[in-house]
Amino acid sequence: MKALRKYVDKIKPHFSKGGKFAALESTFEGFETFLFVPNTVTKKGSHIRDCVDLKRVMIVVVLALLPAAIFGMYNVGLQHFTAFGEMAAAASIWKCFWFGFWKVLPIIVVSYVVGLGIEFTMAQIRGEEINEGFLVSGMLIPLVMPVDIPLWIVALGTAFAVIIGKEVFGGTGMNVFNPAILARAFVFFSYTSHISGDQVWVEGLAKGGALDSFTGATPLTQLADGIAPHTTAMDWFIGTIPGSIGETSFVAIMIGAAILLFTGVASWRTMLSVFAGGYLMGLVFNLIGANDYMLLPAHHHLLLGGFAFGAVFMATDPVTSAQTNCGKIIYGLMIGALAVLIRVVNPGYPEGMMLAILFMNGVAPLIDHYVVGANIRRRNKRVKLVK
Amino acid sequence: MSKVIKLKKGLDIKLVGAAEKTVVEMPVSGLYASCPTNYEGCVPKILVKVGDVVKAGSPLYFDKTRPEVMFCSPVSGVVSAVNRGEKRKVLSVVVEADGKQESESFATDLATLSREELVKTLLDSGLWSLFLQRPYGVIPSPQVAPRAIFCSAFDSAPLAADMAFVLEGEKENLQKGVEVLSKLTDGKVYMGLKAGQKSVCEELQGVEKFYFDGPHPAGNVGVQIHHIAPIAAGEVVWTVNVQDLAIIGRLFRTGALDMTRTIAVTGSQFEKPQYVKSVAGASINKVVAAAGGLKAQKEGDSVRLIDGNVLTGTKTTNDDYCSIKCNQLTAIPEGDKYEFLGWAMPRFKKFSASHSYFSWLCPKKQYDLDTNLNGGVRAYVVTGLYEKLLPMDIYPMYLLKAILAQDFDKMIGLGIYEVVEEDLALCEFADPSKTEIQTILRDGINLMIKEM
Repeated sequence: MKALRKYVDKIKPHFSKGGKFAALESTFEGFETFLFVPNTVTKKGSHIRDCVDLKRVMIVVVLALLPAAIFGMYNVGLQHFTAFGEMAAAASIWKCFWFGFWKVLPIIVVSYVVGLGIEFTMAQIRGEEINEGFLVSGMLIPLVMPVDIPLWIVALGTAFAVIIGKEVFGGTGMNVFNPAILARAFVFFSYTSHISGDQVWVEGLAKGGALDSFTGATPLTQLADGIAPHTTAMDWFIGTIPGSIGETSFVAIMIGAAILLFTGVASWRTMLSVFAGGYLMGLVFNLIGANDYMLLPAHHHLLLGGFAFGAVFMATDPVTSAQTNCGKIIYGLMIGALAVLIRVVNPGYPEGMMLAILFMNGVAPLIDHYVVGANIRRRNKRVKLVK
Repeated sequence: MSKVIKLKKGLDIKLVGAAEKTVVEMPVSGLYASCPTNYEGCVPKILVKVGDVVKAGSPLYFDKTRPEVMFCSPVSGVVSAVNRGEKRKVLSVVVEADGKQESESFATDLATLSREELVKTLLDSGLWSLFLQRPYGVIPSPQVAPRAIFCSAFDSAPLAADMAFVLEGEKENLQKGVEVLSKLTDGKVYMGLKAGQKSVCEELQGVEKFYFDGPHPAGNVGVQIHHIAPIAAGEVVWTVNVQDLAIIGRLFRTGALDMTRTIAVTGSQFEKPQYVKSVAGASINKVVAAAGGLKAQKEGDSVRLIDGNVLTGTKTTNDDYCSIKCNQLTAIPEGDKYEFLGWAMPRFKKFSASHSYFSWLCPKKQYDLDTNLNGGVRAYVVTGLYEKLLPMDIYPMYLLKAILAQDFDKMIGLGIYEVVEEDLALCEFADPSKTEIQTILRDGINLMIKEM
């Protein structure tokens, strides 16, 4: 590694102020700190520092996303081969995975290239170091897209999310809305036909040629249309159903959840309360029982659609969620409840998770305002007691 | 053991290099100094010239903003230098000790002294500067009597001196010190003790004792105040370090100023970490040598010397002087090295409060941590972490944001009166965004002092 360090030290002056590539200073710095933890020492305050930094935090989340991503790739292949009747002839697990891998990889690449490109540029303009936040967003965005999404839409959605969702507020840590959710919402409202319906969730289905008996509808669409889903709760649990790339497998997402909770990177309060909120809302609908959808067992809601994915990876985003412990519970419960409410009651949107999180992102500061306000009131009360 | 307060929040950082329980006595000779930079907000006016003969307790300088508060020589001898830095800022006033330790005489008969006369003795002898006032953590104003006085009888910081050991044989001095405190306040004198530890402080009369159980910062007096009788807006309380209390008591017991104190010499880079008994303000060089010196360093390696503990101490060098209130001297390796892909490695030799590394699985292991920042400065991202490290009903991040926004109402509402830098030091240690939390807090406090 000494040779590499020497090389980096040698080329560093070119990227510093006055050097040939000074315009790439932030980019160089980003890559350098990626390779080597800098030799900066503490100057003021605590002389020793925890060895955790944002790079570590973000990479743990990316790691937690991998099971969902890998299963998603496999499922892309599985759905495709099933739809075209090639399952028996062609598909081993590996073949399904490789098929999906080559379909999903371009989406991931586009998301990272566009997002990081914008991040690098903005960092250079501001003269700041590059933030690590997009490492996670860049992985989240592909996983909440359907596999047949055109790449230019991915690029546009990512650019919108990074610029309007994050950079205008001042970058990672300052944003109000979760960038990945924002990217999906942007695509959902701007290019609805590419991200809803029965055709987009399975690779190649829109082009035709699939078996007549096959339907590419997600269970949620079927439920919203009043049709009994052709898949079982076990399929939803394992994830062998049509849907966005990373959202289908409850098991894979739970492996990610275990990583996030074990490392303490995500808040268990938020995660648990989203599930609790969804479950409770499901129970309420069970009690009302006005139609078949309302009678869907409450725990099935947690397996379906993007509920688990949203609860584990998106609601727990520390920047856009409520920041106080008490606030996190209220925030989570409301996301869960709203998501199920939108699903069951709103005829327009089969899935409510995205809108529920987006809405609660906006409300989170208000929740915190009241939680923190209570702390201030407690302290003010003390003044009177003592006097 | 009546009142035990159990604290769950906080963090013990276990480091290599705890002081062995042996004491090296350092003879009074060589250079001693008092450094105005150790006192927050002190604007010194120098009273002596090089060559002046002084006694222990002779004033060296006073604070222009509060002319009554004197800062005095810890030893008798000759003023040998007034060191200045940039813009002629006074860094230290140095006295070469003559070894006789003659003391100025002060009125010290507690039975006959009125409160005003007692205050005057403390001001004149320089011992006033050992008190700190809350809110703000500054030297208190002589005009305001405190609601109560608090003293923590133990230090829970990493590698901190074992106060029970340090204070052995100081019982009479401490008792006298407590009598002084009782005279200074109309309210109570509180003492926070460590649950389950024998200490001479347990035998003191005239103090309200509370026992604390839990990880650092349980020994921080600010945390103890919060749990015993929290500070409300408009109130003033004082705090005093327990070794300083013994020094105050010593003056009133013997009539002579004797600033002898025991310093824990700690940290992985000392050859033999142990205790050194010395007069306050000794040159670092001498204390280090008395303890047995620093370990030999490999080429390219260097050592950071810290006056105090690794969380809140001040960076110092061999050529500097211990602060008057110094209880601990720490030496750890400098971390000015690059680490290849460090953030992705398991880093078994490093410590983290975060569970994304493995140090939390081996709670007994001791670490040799260096001064590397371990990352770059970022905006606040992670939430919920800071609250876990501060055993107070305070939202640290909201308080810090209120300070950054200079929102005074919020700062007061969120508890800026209750905290000083040391209370948030653990938050700064664990912060993945590597912000200067203690500096932000001090800036906020200074802003409050200026505006209020």
